[in-house]
Amino acid sequence: MDHFSFSRWWAIVLKEFLQLKRDRVTFAMIVGLPIIQLLLFGYAINSDPKHLPTAVVISEQSEFTRSYLAAMKMSGYFEFVAELPNEQAARAALAQGKVQFVVNFPTDFTRKLLRGERPALLIEVDATDPMAASAAIASVRELTASVAKKDFKGVLASLGSGAPPFDVRVHKLYNPEGLTQHNIVPGLMGVILTMTMVMMTGLAITRERERGTMENLLSMPGKPIEVITGKIVPYVFIGLIQITIILLAARYLFEVPFVGSVAVLYVVALFFIAANLMVGITLSSIAKNQLQAVQLTIFYFMPSILISGFMFPFQGMPQWAQAIGSMIPATYFMRAVRGILLKGNSWVELWPSIWPMLMFMVVVMTFAVITYRKTLD
Amino acid sequence: MNSQSEDDPAIDVRGLNKHFGDKHVVNDLSLRANRGEILGFLGPNGSGKTTSIRMMCGLLTPDSGSGICLGYDIRRESEQIKRRVGYMTQRFSFWEDLTIRENLDFVARMYKMASRREAVDQVLEGLNLTARSTQLAGSLSGGWKQRLALAACMLHKPELLLLDEPTAGVDPKARREFWEELYALAARGISILVSTHYMDEAERCHKLAYIAYGKLMARGTAQEIIDSQGLTTWAVTGRDLPAIAAKLRGEPGVEQIAAFGSALHVTSRDATALDAALRHAMIGTSWHIEPAQTGLEDVFIHLMNTSSDNYGAR
Ligand SMILES: Nc1ncnc2c1ncn2[C@@H]1O[C@H](COP(=O)(O)OP(=O)(O)O)[C@@H](O)[C@H]1O
Ligand SMILES: [Mg+2]
Repeated sequence: MDHFSFSRWWAIVLKEFLQLKRDRVTFAMIVGLPIIQLLLFGYAINSDPKHLPTAVVISEQSEFTRSYLAAMKMSGYFEFVAELPNEQAARAALAQGKVQFVVNFPTDFTRKLLRGERPALLIEVDATDPMAASAAIASVRELTASVAKKDFKGVLASLGSGAPPFDVRVHKLYNPEGLTQHNIVPGLMGVILTMTMVMMTGLAITRERERGTMENLLSMPGKPIEVITGKIVPYVFIGLIQITIILLAARYLFEVPFVGSVAVLYVVALFFIAANLMVGITLSSIAKNQLQAVQLTIFYFMPSILISGFMFPFQGMPQWAQAIGSMIPATYFMRAVRGILLKGNSWVELWPSIWPMLMFMVVVMTFAVITYRKTLD
Repeated sequence: MNSQSEDDPAIDVRGLNKHFGDKHVVNDLSLRANRGEILGFLGPNGSGKTTSIRMMCGLLTPDSGSGICLGYDIRRESEQIKRRVGYMTQRFSFWEDLTIRENLDFVARMYKMASRREAVDQVLEGLNLTARSTQLAGSLSGGWKQRLALAACMLHKPELLLLDEPTAGVDPKARREFWEELYALAARGISILVSTHYMDEAERCHKLAYIAYGKLMARGTAQEIIDSQGLTTWAVTGRDLPAIAAKLRGEPGVEQIAAFGSALHVTSRDATALDAALRHAMIGTSWHIEPAQTGLEDVFIHLMNTSSDNYGAR
């Protein structure tokens, strides 16, 4: 018998490209969906909220405390709404959500500072919504350094050189795991790609079946693997376009650092895209009709959002959820993207995230080829 | 190849059965089509024609039975069969969001045709569609869709054409051209199985097979089928045909009454009983009766009636 035919495979690829080109709605979705999701998720979560309600617990005022609080106010992130008598009152205010931050200068803070005892300044944060707080926390670290430089002149000059002469302890409450802002955009990349890739191809075969063209396609020579892989090729390009849109947004809208190599990221994304397309085409092949295909897509999509580490920190999930999450490519992809963008991971560090994606893809593809129905039965 | 057509049939299936749920859609179907022959496949709607054709080209797996198509086993060698068969589906099944040329290009690529461009150009020219080749297939009218579909399923020069109601909804002129084309193909040695509802088309086929409720009821040439049923037909003319029909219906010996233009065809298997019934009913009327040739249509109506009786009795 004959083997994989490039000619036939190419016929399918071309056909899919042409059909995709004429399908305006789908095309609009391909570009529109990532943008809408980025705006919704990205901005809703990533907005850089300012003027967060802040309380101060302070036993004695000094020139230093005044200038430190002034700097905090200057940063724009903090709005001082109350001065509280003690730690207890502070906790209560945080618990009730009246304030999101409490700046606590312990007793004798200034005196210890002058003595060079490196006192600690405590900032308590309601980190229920870690995204909302993270920018503000980051600003604290910056302004601490600058206050130290600026204010410790004259008598205090000796203290001003080198490291700040005091510690700032940030104490996150309620969600100590606290994802940082930059976790969200890489995660979004996984979510958006999962959704669009699986959705686009999820209908690829059911559509042919419902339009009656499947009968024609099946009456021609053609191997399951040619049809299945041929059908997903155009969507690989779509996926790469989407990645580019998201990366541009990450860089210029959300200012995510790009520590690692973008080229590596594209390669990793390619694996992830292929894995998702395989899922889509498989669902499409086993679904009886388009409605069922959509339902299956959603069924696949839910865990990719909920237990992949996008919604909740992966390590904080119960064991069973982690176990399921470990079978989803989105989990590994998000990990890899964070690794690349934020930590500058190289292939060696990325490999533990890459091979599960590849294995997933091969397993799903095998399943798709085996279950592909060559007849109308 | 054509000379040995008797022992190298284009289609030879035996005892095919197919169920959908508890519906026995094709019942013990055996069918043979010689090479270079046009075999007409007839039967009422839902009688299992499409299902049978699909089994012959490997699109459906028979529940039981076996068969050979162009020398290949329909169960095990459907890949080989697909490469040599042109199947025109009952419903237009080309891609409406591709242009005419793109559809043909796709087909040519799927069959790995060496001279794809020339073949496609040739087909477009033959169809007189060269100027409209960039039009979307979905925008074509019904008749043009049929022509495109036929051209596309012949693009790879198949040895056997399976045409499922190819002329449904096509105007008479286009139908005649279509049949001229089929004759030309058959003359070149291409075997054709064509399902149809049109009597004039049935009469044009070399051989016929009539199927009802999944069962093969008759097969052979038109004349053989007519003879095999042993029917006697009288043509009755008169002033009020519906009244005559009403009067004759239910008379012993009258099995079937069908209007044919200005006459009624009254048909029965039992010539003497029919004769007696007519003579009896005619008394005191101004009817005129004369013996008529039993036609294919009379036979098919008869076959349909008897098969539905059988079906109901089961
Ligand atoms: N895929 C299917 N599933 C269930 N029933 C079917 C299917 N295809 C055909 N049938 C039924 O089988 C019978 C025969 O259909 P078909 O072969 O299309 O007849 P024909 O082509 O002679 O009109 C019909 O009653 C039809 O409803
Ligand atoms: Mg049919």
